[in-house]
Amino acid sequence: MFDFLSKYDVLGAFWVTVQLTLYAALGSLIWGTILAGFRVSPVPLLRAFGTAYINIVRNTPLTLIIVGTLLGLSQTLGVTMGTNVLDSQNFRLATLGLIAYTSTFVCESIRSGINTVPVGQAEAARALGLGFGQVLGVIVLPQAFRSVIAPLASVLIALTKNTTVASAIGVAEASFVMNNMIENESDKLFLVFGVVALGFVVLTLPTGLILGWVAKKVAVKR
Amino acid sequence: MRLSRLARAGVAVVSLAVALTACGSRDEGSGSLVDKAKNDKKLTIGIKFDQPGLGLQTPGGAYEGFDVEVAKYIAKELGVDANNITWKQTPSSQREDMIANGQVDFIVATYSITDKRKQKVDFAGPYFIAHQDLLVRADDKSITGPDSLSGKKLCSVQGSTSAQKVKDKFPQVQLQNVKGYSECLTGLESGAIDALTTDDTILAGYAAQQPGKFKLVGKGFSDEKYGVGLKKGDTKGRDAINAAIQKMETDGSWKTAADKYFGPSGYTVPAPPAITEK
Repeated sequence: MFDFLSKYDVLGAFWVTVQLTLYAALGSLIWGTILAGFRVSPVPLLRAFGTAYINIVRNTPLTLIIVGTLLGLSQTLGVTMGTNVLDSQNFRLATLGLIAYTSTFVCESIRSGINTVPVGQAEAARALGLGFGQVLGVIVLPQAFRSVIAPLASVLIALTKNTTVASAIGVAEASFVMNNMIENESDKLFLVFGVVALGFVVLTLPTGLILGWVAKKVAVKR
Repeated sequence: MRLSRLARAGVAVVSLAVALTACGSRDEGSGSLVDKAKNDKKLTIGIKFDQPGLGLQTPGGAYEGFDVEVAKYIAKELGVDANNITWKQTPSSQREDMIANGQVDFIVATYSITDKRKQKVDFAGPYFIAHQDLLVRADDKSITGPDSLSGKKLCSVQGSTSAQKVKDKFPQVQLQNVKGYSECLTGLESGAIDALTTDDTILAGYAAQQPGKFKLVGKGFSDEKYGVGLKKGDTKGRDAINAAIQKMETDGSWKTAADKYFGPSGYTVPAPPAITEK
C-alpha cells in the first residue's frame, strides 16, 4: 500500500522543508527584532518605515511575494542571489520571501511583548542615564522576549506550513513532491495527502509542545 | 466493554466521516451517460479553464478551445444542445475523482490516456495526439531540438508529467518549476529561461496568444494521447463518444477546429488519430 513512497524522495523533501523553515526563522527573528526596534524608536522616520513595511508586507499574499521574488527580483531585475544553479537560487529566493513575510508577524509579536514590560522599567533605565539602544537591548527586549515565546511558536508553526508556498517557484520541498506523487499516483490521492499531512504534524506538533514548555519555564512572573 | 470517553469520541468522528464520504460518493443513477443525455437533454462536461487553444474561459464567461469544440460536438451527437452544457473546471489532480463521484459526465481536458488512470476511469478516443515540445524565443537559434538542450534552462509546471520527463531524460538541463505555464513566459521573454516545455498543443496556444514573440521548435519527444474520460464501466457511453469522435474526424469539423486553434502559431496539425480505446 505504501510501496509507492520508495519511488520518491519524501524524506529529502521534508529535509528541504526543515532547512527552509530554519533559515527563514533565523532571518525573520533578526529582521523582525530590528523592525520592532524601528516601531518603538524615538525617530519618526524609522517608526513610519516600520509601520509602512509591516502593513504592506503583512497584507500581501505570501504566494504573491514568493512568485514576485522569482519573476520580479530574479528574472526581471536579474538578481541571482550569488549562484548560477537554478535550484539553489530558487531556495534562496524563497528564503528571502519567507523572511520578508514572516518578520512582520515576528515584529508584531515582539512589539506586543514590549508592551508587557511595565513603563516603569524603561523610565528607571532612562533615569539611570541609559540611551535608547541600551534601554531596548538590555532592559526591555530581554523581558519582552521571555513573554512572547508562545506567540513566536505559533509564528514558527505557521512558517513551517507556509514553506509549502515555495513550491510555487520550484523549490523541491514537501508539497512539491506531493504534487509529483499526485500526478503519477492518481489512484492513491488520499494516501498521498495523508502521508504529507502526517509529515507536517510530525514537524509542527513537537515544535508547539517544546516551545510551550519553554514559554512556561521562562515567563516573567509578575 | 466500557469505552473511554476519548475512544467513544474517536468512534463518533470516524463514523461521521464514513457517513459523509458515503454521501459524497453516492451513485447518480447507474445508467449510461447516453441515457442521461437522451432523457435530461443536459450534460455536465469537465474542461480546463486556463489553457489557451484548448480550454479557456474568456473574460466574457464563454468557453473556447479545441477541447471545448470536441466536447460540444460529442454533446451534439448525444442529442444535447450546446446551451444545455454545464461547463465545469477539472484541474489535473481532481479529474479521476470528479468522474467517479458523478460531478461531471465526461471530461475533455488534455486528459492523457495512461494505464494508471484506466484503473479508475474509462477513456474514449484518443481524439488528438500531442507531443512534448519546446517553446523558445522567436530569435533563438541555439535550440533546435531535444539534443541541443545541454546547459539550457527549461521551465515547466511543477508536478506535471512534462516536468518529470525532462528531469529523467535530460539530467544536464536545469529545470525551473512554477505553478502555471503563463509564469514561465516572463522568464522566457527576459532571457532568464531558455525554453518552456510541455505538450505542443498547449505551447501552440501560448505562441498564438502573443504572435511573433515565441516559436515552437517542432521536434516532439513523447506521445500524449488525449482521450475523453468517463465513468468506469460505461461501455455504451464510450462507444457513443467514439462514434462521435469518428464522425467529427471524417466530416471535416475536426480539422476546422484544429486549424482554428493551433494553426496561427505555425503548428502543423497532424492527421486525426485512430481510435484505440474500444
